[in-house]
Amino acid sequence: MPTKSSRAINWFAFAAPSRFYFLSKKCIPIFWFFALSLSIAGLVLGLLFAPTDATQGDSYRIIFIHVPAAWMSMVLYVAMAFWAIIGMIFNARLAYRLSNSIAPTGAIMTFVALWTGSLWGKPTWGTWWVWDARLTSELILLFLYIGYLSLHSAIEDERKANRASSLLAIIGIVNVPIIYFSVKWWNTLHQGASVTLIKTSMDSSMLLAMLIMTFAFWSYTFATVLTRVNHKTLNEESHTDWVNQELNKLRTGS
Amino acid sequence: MIWSSFSDFIHMHGYAEYVWGSFGVTFLIFLIEQRNLNVQYKKMIKSEEI
Amino acid sequence: MQSISATHIITSIIKRDIKLALRRGSDTSGVIFFFILVVSLFPLAIGSENKLLIQIAPGVIWVAALLSVMLSLNRLFNDDYQDGVLEQLVLSSCPLEFIVFAKTVAHWCYTGLILLLTSPILALQFNLSGQSIQVLFLALLIGTPTLSFIGSIGAALTVGLKSSGTLISLLILPLLIPVLILGTLAVDAAISDLPYSVYLYLLIAMGVLSSFFAPLASSHAIRIILD
Repeated sequence: MPTKSSRAINWFAFAAPSRFYFLSKKCIPIFWFFALSLSIAGLVLGLLFAPTDATQGDSYRIIFIHVPAAWMSMVLYVAMAFWAIIGMIFNARLAYRLSNSIAPTGAIMTFVALWTGSLWGKPTWGTWWVWDARLTSELILLFLYIGYLSLHSAIEDERKANRASSLLAIIGIVNVPIIYFSVKWWNTLHQGASVTLIKTSMDSSMLLAMLIMTFAFWSYTFATVLTRVNHKTLNEESHTDWVNQELNKLRTGS
Repeated sequence: MIWSSFSDFIHMHGYAEYVWGSFGVTFLIFLIEQRNLNVQYKKMIKSEEI
Repeated sequence: MQSISATHIITSIIKRDIKLALRRGSDTSGVIFFFILVVSLFPLAIGSENKLLIQIAPGVIWVAALLSVMLSLNRLFNDDYQDGVLEQLVLSSCPLEFIVFAKTVAHWCYTGLILLLTSPILALQFNLSGQSIQVLFLALLIGTPTLSFIGSIGAALTVGLKSSGTLISLLILPLLIPVLILGTLAVDAAISDLPYSVYLYLLIAMGVLSSFFAPLASSHAIRIILD
């Protein structure tokens, strides 16, 4: 039992898989509620009430998905690496598990960002793909995620797989700035096209809708990642009493 | 609401394929992600022999 | 037990690994022939007019070098792993990082170095001028060790896995993109008579950093897999 000093928060209390599991279990429905309600609010605002753009027409509405997805894809990779580092420092299997659970969602966000970016690019700039620095870096980020997932699935032992792919994530995050700058350099020297975001004065409804969608994506991510962590915990701690009790409850309850 | 009719809304002033192609695929992908989670969960629940 | 110096261990491991690679033979020759073959495929696929050849030469040669090194990496630790030698090396009193460093240097000797020596001939096939060939040679000389060092991380993470060749490529090629970009920019600059040394200096920096950090990462990975 962790000792509770009078003022300090015991951060490590929730490093115990059982405590984390039950806390997550309570939070997941809350995150789903926000994910769904914020998405509906954001989409209603963005699709029904935000005005048509003067230069881009209605294709700009794709940014309500593209921008949140792109942000999530980058933030999630950092989060993945962060939890990998925590896992290594404290040898905490829950941190490794959390890092692992982030990866699939991060990869999906990256793919969505690339897909929507391409569909936004075609009507706006004329081509399905532009080899500019940001898009190319996003593509490389997808490769990094896929590498992580491939390595994890290739190693059979779950513990080893977690630790090996966490190491890969840390190496990846260290390399990301180097990769980004070299791609940027490459782009300027080869005089590739650069996709300039023309900062037309965005109507406030557009900004608000984008912001709401960003929070919606965050909530969705939290709900999904926590669900994944919980599933992994049940799977990997199945030898413990509390998991067996919980599994019984889940089998009979639902 | 800026759209004068439902068909206007669907049409997106000519950008329908791009807008709905984006929103549709994204929604589909999230749906698939959740379905995968669900399938794995059911498999796990069934497989454990106490 | 007399203390053996680290340099002695490193040199003896380098010698051992090179000897083993030479005995296998097929590895090194496979790498060279794959390199030459891939490079030759591009003119066949794209076209052979002079201007085009000169334009694609740096990229084609560098990409082929990357792929050739990637394919040779799965042997780096797997052979020793299967013989049980790797476990002994991990348990030995010599720091694993030195051992990994030595094995990677040896790997460069029987892959990157060979590619490097073949490159001028291939550059001539693409009608590059003398100055460009020199810069290509220099860039490969500086860059190929980095390929081995960063590649060793991929080899370490996949120890014991079957058919790790493609997996290593998948893991490591994104990390090598900066080397690829700098290497090709250097040769491009030389072809256009522009200053190229900044790219070479950056390649040197990458080489030095990777030679230090990669053995650390690879050792860590080996310990994870072998535990």
